[in-house]
Amino acid sequence: MRTTKISFLILLAATILAGCARKPLLYEWGSYEEQIYAMYSDTGKVPVEKQLEDLERDYQEARAANKSVPPGYHAHIGYLYFQLGKIDQALQSFETEKALFPESTVYMDRLIARIKHK
Amino acid sequence: MFTTYRRISLLATFLLLTGCAAPQMDIDYTAFRQSKPRSILVLPPLNNSPDMRATYSFLSTVTKPLAEAGYYVFPVALVDQTFRENGLLNPGEMHQAPIAKLREIFGADSTLYITVTQYGSVYRVLSSEIRVTANAKLVDNRSGQLLWHGQATASDSEGNNRSGDPLSALITALVKQVVSNIGDQGHTIARKASRRLFRVGQNGLLYGPRSPLYEVN
Repeated sequence: MRTTKISFLILLAATILAGCARKPLLYEWGSYEEQIYAMYSDTGKVPVEKQLEDLERDYQEARAANKSVPPGYHAHIGYLYFQLGKIDQALQSFETEKALFPESTVYMDRLIARIKHK
Repeated sequence: MFTTYRRISLLATFLLLTGCAAPQMDIDYTAFRQSKPRSILVLPPLNNSPDMRATYSFLSTVTKPLAEAGYYVFPVALVDQTFRENGLLNPGEMHQAPIAKLREIFGADSTLYITVTQYGSVYRVLSSEIRVTANAKLVDNRSGQLLWHGQATASDSEGNNRSGDPLSALITALVKQVVSNIGDQGHTIARKASRRLFRVGQNGLLYGPRSPLYEVN
């Protein structure tokens, strides 16, 4: 009887834990969200070079682990390159975003055209 | 033994029933299912709280839950910049932009309008709490139809043991006030509120096309 009770409790506990368990993520996020906030946060003003360095490092790590970076990641990197005046890298990042996520085509084409016009 | 067992069972059953439950308030998903948005344009949130940081703090927490639900999420910081270059300088102006224009410039299927209503410390006599509350509306960029709406709140005092010891409560409150003045504690709570607001499930979002669970059942 006692073992029945205990096994019932274990089963119940397992159900609770399993019910709320996380699914595997679709993307490797690295520090993307923190980097977005870092752009706007006054407390820890992070230089653009440092933001870029961190994002590029996270990207290389994701690639090495054969994982995808999230939507907007490459476009965001492109935006940082643009801020630093590195136009070729900016254009390339926007192209990569478009290739990985065709949903971004209209917007990326607009950005690319605008940069090339300048 | 029997009473202990009964107590644990009751508690566990209670947890089971409440742990993952969402508040009851049924949402009509007809328009959402018909619209089948692939992409979401997130506008910088309106901020009705006194803390200036709320807009961008909350904005930076939104991409992950939406993308993990299976949607393409436009790069939020770059989108903000594009608005500024087009003369829309704050969330209030951005939220007024015509959807036809948003579709033209970004090629976005849907737009997410967020309002942060609470962000930061709520002071009480013997406690202080950091709370973030936000609501959101997802709108179809072709028809202008409302596809989904929701609200969520999160607080740093969730799960705290309210033992009723006034001295320890006072100390906790003081410590929290000091700590919350140093960093942006609101940001951590904003992330929690955002995850809660943009969950998939009852009254939450539907899975998007990039999720393996898209249109399952």
